Amino acid sequence: MRLLVLDAERCVGCQICMFTCSLRQNEPGLAKTCIGVKSAGGMERGFVVVVCRACEDPPCLKVCPTDALKLRKGGGVRLDETKCIGCGYCKEACIVDAVFWDSEISKPMICIHCGVCAKYCPHRVLALTKKREVAAHVS
Amino acid sequence: MLANDTLSRVLMIDLTKNEFHVDDRTDIFETHLGGSGAAIRLLEEYCPEGCDPLAPENPIIFAVGPLTGLFPLASKTVAMFKSPHTGDLGESHCGGRSAIAIRMAGYGAIVIRGASRIPIYLSISADDVQFRNAKTLWGMSSSFTVGRVVRQNETHPGLRTIMRIGLAGEALVSYACVTAETYRHFGRLGLGAVFGSKKLKAIAISGKRSLQVDDTRKYRKLYDEIHKTAVSSPIMKKYHDLGTPQNILPLNRIGALPTRNLKEAQFDGAEKISGEAFAEGFLGRRLACSHCPVACIHIAALREPYEDEPYFYKTSMISYDYEPIFSLGSLLGISQPEGFLKLMDQVEVIGIDAMSTGVVLAWATEAMEKGLISEKETMGIQLRWGDYKPYKEAIRLIVNQPNEFYRALARGVEYASSKYGGEDFALAFGKNEMPGYHTGPAAHTGLLVGARHSHLDNGGYSVDQKVLSEKKLSSEELAQALIKEESFRQILSSLVVCFFAREIYRPDTILAALQSAGFKLDAGQLDLLGRTIHCQKMRFKLREGFSFDKLRIPRRIFETPSFVKDWDEQYISDAIRAVKKAVDDFPESASI
Repeated sequence: MRLLVLDAERCVGCQICMFTCSLRQNEPGLAKTCIGVKSAGGMERGFVVVVCRACEDPPCLKVCPTDALKLRKGGGVRLDETKCIGCGYCKEACIVDAVFWDSEISKPMICIHCGVCAKYCPHRVLALTKKREVAAHVS
Repeated sequence: MLANDTLSRVLMIDLTKNEFHVDDRTDIFETHLGGSGAAIRLLEEYCPEGCDPLAPENPIIFAVGPLTGLFPLASKTVAMFKSPHTGDLGESHCGGRSAIAIRMAGYGAIVIRGASRIPIYLSISADDVQFRNAKTLWGMSSSFTVGRVVRQNETHPGLRTIMRIGLAGEALVSYACVTAETYRHFGRLGLGAVFGSKKLKAIAISGKRSLQVDDTRKYRKLYDEIHKTAVSSPIMKKYHDLGTPQNILPLNRIGALPTRNLKEAQFDGAEKISGEAFAEGFLGRRLACSHCPVACIHIAALREPYEDEPYFYKTSMISYDYEPIFSLGSLLGISQPEGFLKLMDQVEVIGIDAMSTGVVLAWATEAMEKGLISEKETMGIQLRWGDYKPYKEAIRLIVNQPNEFYRALARGVEYASSKYGGEDFALAFGKNEMPGYHTGPAAHTGLLVGARHSHLDNGGYSVDQKVLSEKKLSSEELAQALIKEESFRQILSSLVVCFFAREIYRPDTILAALQSAGFKLDAGQLDLLGRTIHCQKMRFKLREGFSFDKLRIPRRIFETPSFVKDWDEQYISDAIRAVKKAVDDFPESASI
């Protein structure tokens, strides 16, 4: 299963996804969030919803010097925090900025594709799906 | 409150010396929660008695609350200052991302004092404040561009707000606003002018931290309950679907929609500027404040051709709400939705309060009709009901202030009518221009006695529609109803929860949410705290020269029949006296 942005044009920018992602980790606030919603250059232009694309051959994995990242079944990576030294190479390697950063502990925050954010999204922007891509919104 | 909660951190900024530091004010937040409660304490402390609202001594205070960042719909920031518009309490509330950004940067409040020598903007993040040169931004014609430039320059990670003023704030128009996230505002009572007086063009705040709660399991359960109610219950549906403009038709139907400077209370063009009409013809996008699933912010897409070149168009995204539609629509007799949107855009570009602007222009139009002013004063502009173009030009001149007349308009309708006459139809209450409700005596009394002279202080319009339409209340009973509601709302604005969510955050929910944040209170203490904060705000007003006895009641409200019938000036005067007595009688020492 993986998280997918169905239609960013439906996003109203409430950022509930960001808060509930932190909440899932039993830590209110935003330090632990693994999803990002930001304006597409001013709110009048709508929003950019940044989620991990669950790459099958993830660039972030390639650059980890300590084997803290392991390939996840279904794409993307899993993080072993105890091995992570907080070098930030993974964050640099992700060109969609989907490796987030908890500056309170200096570690990357990596989406586990659990779908909590999609469950709380009030406007069906996000979905948890088995497919690599969803054709419905393209047609 | 919880130990180590960053809520108690107050960021103190001095613009004269370009200095900042953080104070721990657990003392204030522990007893007054945050928001309005904390802000009034800080205002009492930092605003010297009798100071000029546009002098460096006047502090700007922003405060958020214990529920900010923890629960949905706790999405507002309270600003307090001495108002250049009324000369007493300045308080306005803004959503957008302002509240979450302040909380995520690790502060409960920000106090800005002094004045900069040069135009400046502030970049605030966790433990840092940068004073940035804003000379290039000063005088920039559109506040949209100001936001864009600051956005490009500020690259701090995390959730971010950008507050800024437009030309109206620079020109010290007493009802200039501060805009956040393009479409939300500290709209009323002139915070924009206070920014302008300090040469403060903008503030960017960003942060991304964790918060603590008392009992995670209980907290998550309550979070889910509140979230579920917010997205599924009919309570929030009207804000969600058509937004606040859904009120246009019902209020027009009952004869409570102020029209043509309240010469009438029903507008023949209401259908065309209704929430339904805007949704059908213009709605281009809906937006939400941070941590609010409701998305009540409605944005119209206005496509216009350029007249000088064929096949050349622009599309503007313009926010619309009930109050601006009333003030720049029905109150000016404007029934063309495009005309309203163009006025709205003008108001946004220069950063001025839409409600006060509409009321000022409505007065000017009637004053022109009655011959109190002529084209000599307006510099050739013929103000006419329903014609948006002259109004748009007049708004520009209110900012440019080329003559004495426009300088008077830039100080509000109370001042302008004191110079040019027409007080009877100058629709200000406690010197603040009216909102769009001619429902009856509770609405107008509420505006007069409310600490901010806002319809949102005590919801008098709702008392008219839900109570006085069914049965009579004595003046004393009306006063008590208004005080009770205003006191309860002090709790909401101290948490700080959006007033639109007042039916979700009832006292039981509030107490449970506060418990998650480490505040252990009971219902009685909550009541008392609401009364206390209300009275502290009223005392600040009285300290700065406000007087219940000197409140001017515009004659117009008695001349135009309202929804509730059979009331008179005596009824309102008696209710004002009852509120005055209740405020006087409230013990100074009462606190939780």
